Amino acid sequence: MPTFVYMTRCDGCGQCVDICPSNIMHIDTTSRRAYNIEPNMCWECYACVKACPQDAIDVRGYSDFAPLGHSVRVLREEEKATISWKIKFRDGREKNFESPIRTTKWGSIKCASDYEAPSQDAINSQELAHEPDGLNIKELPALKPDQFKVGVL
Amino acid sequence: MGLFSGRKTVFVDSDILVIGGGMAGCGATYESRYWGRDKKVVVVEKANIERSGAVAQGLYAINCYMGMQWNENQPEDHVRYARNDLMGLVREDLGYDIARHVDATVHLFEEWGLPIMKDPKTGRYLREGKWQIMIHGESFKPIVAEAARKAATKVYNRIMVTHLLMDKKKANRVAGAVGFNVRTGEFYVFRAKAVIVAAGGASHIFKPRSVGEGMGRTWYAPWSSASAYALPILVGAKMTQMENRIVLTRFKDGYGPVGAYFLHLKTYTENAYGKEYESTWYESIKEMVGDYVNHQPVPTCLRNHAFLEEVKAGRGPIRMVTKEAFQDPHKETIGWENFLGMTIGQAVVWASQNIDPKEVNPELTTSEPYVMGSHATCAGAWASGPEDYAPDEYQWGYNRMMTVDGLFGAGDTIGGTAHKFSSGSFAEGRIAGKAAIKYINDLGKDSPEISEAEYENLEKVVFQPMENYEIGRNEIVAGTVSPSYLLPMHGLLRLEKIMDEYVGGISSHYTTNEPMLTRGLELLAMLKEDLDHLGAEDLLQLQRAWELQHRVLASESVTHHTMFRTETRWPGYYYRADHRKLDDTDWHCFTLSRYDRESGDWTMEKAPVYHIID
Repeated sequence: MPTFVYMTRCDGCGQCVDICPSNIMHIDTTSRRAYNIEPNMCWECYACVKACPQDAIDVRGYSDFAPLGHSVRVLREEEKATISWKIKFRDGREKNFESPIRTTKWGSIKCASDYEAPSQDAINSQELAHEPDGLNIKELPALKPDQFKVGVL
Repeated sequence: MGLFSGRKTVFVDSDILVIGGGMAGCGATYESRYWGRDKKVVVVEKANIERSGAVAQGLYAINCYMGMQWNENQPEDHVRYARNDLMGLVREDLGYDIARHVDATVHLFEEWGLPIMKDPKTGRYLREGKWQIMIHGESFKPIVAEAARKAATKVYNRIMVTHLLMDKKKANRVAGAVGFNVRTGEFYVFRAKAVIVAAGGASHIFKPRSVGEGMGRTWYAPWSSASAYALPILVGAKMTQMENRIVLTRFKDGYGPVGAYFLHLKTYTENAYGKEYESTWYESIKEMVGDYVNHQPVPTCLRNHAFLEEVKAGRGPIRMVTKEAFQDPHKETIGWENFLGMTIGQAVVWASQNIDPKEVNPELTTSEPYVMGSHATCAGAWASGPEDYAPDEYQWGYNRMMTVDGLFGAGDTIGGTAHKFSSGSFAEGRIAGKAAIKYINDLGKDSPEISEAEYENLEKVVFQPMENYEIGRNEIVAGTVSPSYLLPMHGLLRLEKIMDEYVGGISSHYTTNEPMLTRGLELLAMLKEDLDHLGAEDLLQLQRAWELQHRVLASESVTHHTMFRTETRWPGYYYRADHRKLDDTDWHCFTLSRYDRESGDWTMEKAPVYHIID
């Protein structure tokens, strides 16, 4: 289900070019608008569709197995922290879904170095950052080094 | 140098270089910063870490969570589960290590803002299955990327790493990496004291079922280009279980996941005539694998096997019985949101073909094979285990260090550790990050040095496809057919055809044998020679050229490993027709390979499987 871009909506801002994991959204030098230059390397991940501020990108199911006439549209609203979907079947039936995408403010994650620095000795322990507290159990589980068996159990 | 004489070379110094900014890479970055406050931690990613790696699209479940705080599972239980699913062969030391750390990682995700569904009665995370918890994970990757960006000294997006660099003073020690910016064409030389390979596994090494436009609809992302394997292989790191490719039973064409359907929605499969079929294959499976057929839950590969046999017997298509479950509106919502959260393409397929699972039981299929290290499969690099309990033979240095000094790995890169998924890959990244900081601290002033001759030579090698195209293009009027160069897509299609026909792809019902593998290797050798004649019209094609190089090297490794293991360990993933049965007498072991870059030879050996859990 490769992406395509509507000529009248795209303003060539390049957000899709910046985000595409497959590096296939490029700006056409003549029209100065974006388009999918390698549809057969598109994973239909919708990263570009979600990122487009002009709502200019849509998807048409892969030609080798998807009959025409469907649509799966998405609206991702960071401020509201929701994602909304509208699925339209070839025969016209519709389904709508909405889900939360985040429970905290964007940009609010505490940096790893904003925590108190660990002690010098701790580098030699098996505990990772915030452990054992972060496990919500008393201590990090461990095995004894003498309980091996080679071969079939 | 012609056209590119003005190319700029950018040098980047770091203490830790993280290659790949997916789940494992972000975990490595976070942990490196926590333990190495004054260290320079650099991330290099060929896309944009905001949406890169296997989780770019989002996820609807976290498939590896113990729930130790509620005494739901212990790490030992997960080791037993993964071992059982992989027919006895996993690195139990590494698997236990991930399992004991993974809960703290998931708790971090929740603290950062990932919406995890809760059971309204108990307040605990809502379980999809024994190991899986359900999430609203559309923004899983952006959330994790935010933590990594804050932790990193700098993130270099849109740089494809092509090769690792070795220390010129000390043999078998890593010193950095080279690559190029896929937008500007600048050549990058990264100098680092330790390197963590957290790149992706391999899609598109076997011919996919979908063709033409649809070839991008692979189960694993098309940008997973086997760099996880090619980078370590090229510098002589030992690899393990590369034959252990995975085949997925999925909804047809979209490859939408079935986990939530089986486990949470309680849907089930039947053949075209409405009959249950798995139990009818019990005796024939027992004939092949013995008592493993009785293991619970039934290993993924054996369920695939029953599916394949039923289809071969002419009773396909196999369907998922959804009509009953989908009458419940809550379950219907979960069924659809499951796709919208992680495999949107399946929703598109169903919308386009008027498939409403409330009214129609949708078809399933088995995918083409994939090589990766984090799902129900465990190809990857041979890595040193945790210091506190790993057997001596599994311990030669720092945790998650490969057989090359200073070279660490996590996620798809590390072999023997199935069922880590997103959370386990992130946790393994954290393990590798901490170990790499310890390694650097211990190095003291003994810093590795890169060789000018080596990176200058690599610069020529990296940009050669553009030279080839520039020169060869003048020979022909127009079009894609040239007598002197191959386009990356040409090479990719040839690779997929070779692997499909000779190494156990879909067209041979996942079946191969020694003569076929031998022929496959001959054809791969010629393809490898032809890779010197790849032609790249622009920087995107240069990226595709290097993705292909990585895929071919990984494929060669897969083929040698498949040849070496003269048994059929995982029926349903692949079959050695000349060794139809599982053979625990000779093959209850790991396969290891090492590639010699100078001679191009592969050396194979066995390594023991140590069971540390009863």
